[in-house]
Amino acid sequence: MAWTKNVLRVNLETGSCTTEPLNMTWAHDYLGQRGLATKYLVSEIDPKVEPLSPKNKLIFVTGPLTGTMAATGGRYSVVTKGPLTGAIACSNSGGYFGAELKFAGWDMVIFEGTSPKPVYLLITDGKAELVDASHLWGRTVWETEEAIKKQHQDPQIRVAAIGRAGENGVLYAAIVNDLHRAAGRSGVGAVMGSKNLKAVAVRGTRTDAYQVADPDAFFTAVDAGKKVLAGNGVTGQGLPTYGTQVLMNVINELGALPTRNHRDVQFEGAMAIGGEAMHEKRPTDGKANLVTNGACFGCTIACGRISRMDPGHFSVKDKPQYHGASGGVEYEAAWALGAANGVSDLEALTYANFLCNEDGFDPISFGATVGAAMELYDLGILTKEIVGFEIPFGSTEGMVKLAELTAKGEGFGREIGQGSKRLCAKYGKPELSMTVKGQEFPAYDGRGLQGMGLAYATSNRGACHLRGYMVSPEVLGIPVKMEPQATEGKPAMLKAFQDLTAVVDSSGLCLFTTFAWGLQDIQPQLQAACEGDWSEERLLLIGERIWNMEREFNLAAGLTGKDDNLPPRLLKEAAQTGPQKGAVSKLDVMLPEYYRVRGWTSEGVPTDETRVRLGG
Amino acid sequence: MQKSLHIDPNKCTGCLQCEMACSWENYRSFTTAKSRIKVFSFHEAGRFVPYTCTQCDEAWCMIACPVDAIRLDPATGAKIVLEPTCVGCKVCTIACPFGTINYVAQTGKVQKCDLCDGAPACAKACPTAAITYVDSDWTGLDKMRQWAGKTDTNQATA
Amino acid sequence: MRHLIIGSGPAGVVAAETLRKADPAAEITMLCGEAGPPYSRMAIPYLLRGDIPEAGTHLRKDADHYARLRIQLVQASAKAVDAVARKVDIGGRSLPYDRLLIATGSRPSREQIPGIDLPGVQACWTIADARALLAQARPGTRIVQMGAGFVGCIIMEGLLSRGVDLTILVRSGYMVRRMMDATASGLLRSWCEAKGVKILTHTQPTGLTSEGGVLQVALANGRVLPADIYLSAVGVDPNLDFLEGSGIALGQGILVDANLQSNVPGIYAAGDVAEATDCLTGKRQLNAIQPNAVEQGRIAALNMAGRPTRFKGSFVFNVLTTLGLVSSSFGEWQGVPGGESTEVLDPAHYRYLNLQFEGDRLVGANTVGFTDHVGALRGLIEGRMRLGVWKQRLMADPTQVMQAYLAAAHSLV
Ligand SMILES: Cc1cc2nc3c(=O)[nH]c(=O)nc-3n(C[C@H](O)[C@H](O)[C@H](O)COP(=O)(O)OP(=O)(O)OC[C@H]3O[C@@H](n4cnc5c(N)ncnc54)[C@H](O)[C@@H]3O)c2cc1C
Ligand code: SF4
Ligand code: SF4
Ligand code: SF4
Repeated sequence: MAWTKNVLRVNLETGSCTTEPLNMTWAHDYLGQRGLATKYLVSEIDPKVEPLSPKNKLIFVTGPLTGTMAATGGRYSVVTKGPLTGAIACSNSGGYFGAELKFAGWDMVIFEGTSPKPVYLLITDGKAELVDASHLWGRTVWETEEAIKKQHQDPQIRVAAIGRAGENGVLYAAIVNDLHRAAGRSGVGAVMGSKNLKAVAVRGTRTDAYQVADPDAFFTAVDAGKKVLAGNGVTGQGLPTYGTQVLMNVINELGALPTRNHRDVQFEGAMAIGGEAMHEKRPTDGKANLVTNGACFGCTIACGRISRMDPGHFSVKDKPQYHGASGGVEYEAAWALGAANGVSDLEALTYANFLCNEDGFDPISFGATVGAAMELYDLGILTKEIVGFEIPFGSTEGMVKLAELTAKGEGFGREIGQGSKRLCAKYGKPELSMTVKGQEFPAYDGRGLQGMGLAYATSNRGACHLRGYMVSPEVLGIPVKMEPQATEGKPAMLKAFQDLTAVVDSSGLCLFTTFAWGLQDIQPQLQAACEGDWSEERLLLIGERIWNMEREFNLAAGLTGKDDNLPPRLLKEAAQTGPQKGAVSKLDVMLPEYYRVRGWTSEGVPTDETRVRLGG
Repeated sequence: MQKSLHIDPNKCTGCLQCEMACSWENYRSFTTAKSRIKVFSFHEAGRFVPYTCTQCDEAWCMIACPVDAIRLDPATGAKIVLEPTCVGCKVCTIACPFGTINYVAQTGKVQKCDLCDGAPACAKACPTAAITYVDSDWTGLDKMRQWAGKTDTNQATA
Repeated sequence: MRHLIIGSGPAGVVAAETLRKADPAAEITMLCGEAGPPYSRMAIPYLLRGDIPEAGTHLRKDADHYARLRIQLVQASAKAVDAVARKVDIGGRSLPYDRLLIATGSRPSREQIPGIDLPGVQACWTIADARALLAQARPGTRIVQMGAGFVGCIIMEGLLSRGVDLTILVRSGYMVRRMMDATASGLLRSWCEAKGVKILTHTQPTGLTSEGGVLQVALANGRVLPADIYLSAVGVDPNLDFLEGSGIALGQGILVDANLQSNVPGIYAAGDVAEATDCLTGKRQLNAIQPNAVEQGRIAALNMAGRPTRFKGSFVFNVLTTLGLVSSSFGEWQGVPGGESTEVLDPAHYRYLNLQFEGDRLVGANTVGFTDHVGALRGLIEGRMRLGVWKQRLMADPTQVMQAYLAAAHSLV
């Protein structure tokens, strides 16, 4: 059985750790990971709960394929009510942590309450204990992981931790595992920090924790899946060689690379910060930024970037701790730290990215917030006096300094740490916040790619590319080519993507497999691993059920159809250059259609008929 | 000619498919902690180094065993632990200067790579050909040195 | 060529096998001082625990192993060696030899206290001792064990598994003080106590008496402990008595050179009985551990077969399981003058790692609760590998030892 069928419930208030059996009816209806944990969360918390209060809960969860030989079967998610958006938050991460949690015998860990003092959870197979973390409070993710491994004398312990950002209530604080893999978005790290929970450390050595239902069929399906990944141009060549950074120049040329807080849709510095640039030897030290590619647990794609900075770069000249290799920029991070601010210094982006990993905050939201701050500065609303230094668009030093201050929770970094929505509102320019439901956009312009615009507006966790990746049809032609400016058929396509994504996010697999895999590749792996009926139809129904469950939670939390919106800039200010010149988002055309295909009312509420159809 | 595992760390991405394959082969589970091949991560160097027994000729473990529980498989050249005979004294684990025979608390016995009777599961599972099973007459340390393949053949930096 | 080996422990058996390989035509005779097939003392703890039958202790499992290799086993004890006439007296008859290997191992040291010969006083060294213990130890049997050295610790689990009531007397106050530092020793002690073993430190018996079949162990502090068995485990001495007057130079053990030859040409020694050079300190010393016995057996045999082979020197190391808690020690675990050390301790989980350095070389280590890849510690220490930058990294975090090993030994990084 691909589930361990064990849930660990940790009451941080009382310090108790208890085991309970996994609700298998729910596992049957919601599969695992994102779907299953969300079901637990929505059943256990008041949707109106204040996200950073003790009444919110925080769930670490794996999927049925996590910790198996299925390619990319190493994912876990963190589910909670998000502080940035007030909506459902579900952040997915790779690395090795998720698989280790399964080896130790747990599908899920539910944290309740707030600990009276800083603690970390240490899980050693069936044994779980809260350990005093007073000495780790105020330390970075990297220091914390090192200290925990050293303390328990086991380099194989896997650690997911928050850094100072999570402690300081940065609203987009991340939970970072394995040093540079992160449950990055929506501020799950801030919730962890509010609970005084510094880290979760796991060591799993059990051989009897879970099993695949039909090993022969499983290996047949898994081997077939690996062949497809290896043979595909994106997953077999593009991603291992360039990582997601393969997209930088593609999206820029397409005129869909949001630049300088979405004032522009093309960035003149894109070449300097893209995947190819990471391979180029630097004139300063003759070495490339990229050291190698790395994989997460079980992953045969290996898109991860491992970078080493130029030790002479101004940002790290006197900081040898950043001279070693570590997690390099992915596309979204390179965009947010770079194009979104007009910064084109790859080394500086790498440094800021190291800081995001080291102290646990989301580079997308951080970079986008810096973009907003730079626009406020450009308008003369923010000044050198307020910020402490100059931050015109394109200021590498400004971006780097803000990253340092945000990591430490000092000076103007505290305001940057509240995200673009709150920053722009505070300075009287709410319309300049490039967010949906309070969460910052990632690296695709909703004017240039109409489907992505709709995806952002309707994403349950606020602006996000990982809920319905319309870039696939609109740029890569997967599964069919759709013109970027077209609107027809996109709501239905988006729904299909959103539902499929919910299935993938609930399975333990990485979404990037879907560049090569369709449901027909994933289904046999799930079917062989999990007993029961996991037909494609059922899986899609599960995906839709998950999507609607998240929607219902958001509605109950007080969000409405009005929140399915885009900032006025995307709706009114036309793209000024490139192939999409003149375009604005046609959200008004697509949204009603989207509600229709979803089976929702014109207010964006699931109809009773839809509710009955989805059950669960 | 006898074959041996050839390991090229330059190609390794740290995916641990090899560790899972080894664990599956020997325990019917995916528990990497139980793998006989271990991928060490050198974070600062950005390097992954898979490491297991090279079936060295000195066979320190085999000689040290007080109860004759480690034998030579003449077909593959592997030194094999006979679990029923092993008493779990761990002397072999400190005798082997490579650190490649290890105690398993769960079974109370030791384990080491046995070359899977000539069909190494790790090599089959490795997606990057960082582990291959090749003809070789290298022994002991020389074999280990072969692992340090100096040319950088990593796909990402090729 | 007639090869005679006195003693059929691991040193003797490996020597005989090596001789056969190196010299197919030779005549090989091995004297067995104990009844039954050659066995391994190390397996005794597992026999006590009931994990294995007696046959499980046998050094070689195939019944015809020795016959097949044409190794003649002679059940007899050597009484004296005549180095001039080149023969060994086995009581009533003597065996001639061209080359002689003395591999008589060691025996438990004898405590010098009144009553040490009383019935109920036991050692745990030979298979006969183990049989006697197995026959007597039952649930509730009161055992007072003197000594918590290596053997004292390793047999505890077997004894407790039989439900006995165990009290341990430790003269020095430190368990396994010959292989563990005070911290490691303290961890072992609290571990044992948590498992129900009574440990009395800084104490030793002044005499034993018997009252109504029950031993009375009088302690220096005036207390008297009743005991069904008094288990004496205070260390071992090499078996040398029969060599008196033979002209073979003796120190604590048989003094041997780098080829493991004694001062008398043609006479070699290996195993617990041999006093060879330590590879780290260069000083001569006994090294009563199994891996040393087999390594010396092999080297001595090669030399006897006319293939000059140098012994690299004894390497002192050991691994010990005390009621399930694994500990180990390597080389100069006490440290060296002018050296540096680093350690990390997690008492709640009984884990400890201490490393000792000389310059950028690792020279010794103590571990508790640490089993993964421990052999690499031997590789690093015995290989005298230079650690370079990894020295400082290990000082900061000793748990990185496997990484350091891969970097230093295989230049893989
Ligand atoms: C209970 C126990 C547990 C142990 N556990 C470990 C461990 O975990 N790790 C470790 O490294 N070591 C351990 N040892 C020590 C290890 O067993 C010895 O170091 C090893 O046996 C030495 O081998 P040897 O061949 O030199 O001597 P021995 O094994 O002592 O063999 C000597 C042989 O010579 C025979 N003999 C003696 N005198 C004469 C004579 N005059 N004539 C003929 N034959 C004679 C003896 O009967 C015996 O057969 C343990 C010992 C004991 C008792
Ligand atoms: S642990 Fe087992 S294989 Fe290793 S030396 Fe002891 S008995 Fe032999
Ligand atoms: S050859 Fe087999 S036993 Fe050896 S490491 Fe590979 S999978 Fe494991
Ligand atoms: S399977 Fe291959 S690439 Fe993956 S960790 Fe093992 S050796 Fe490295």
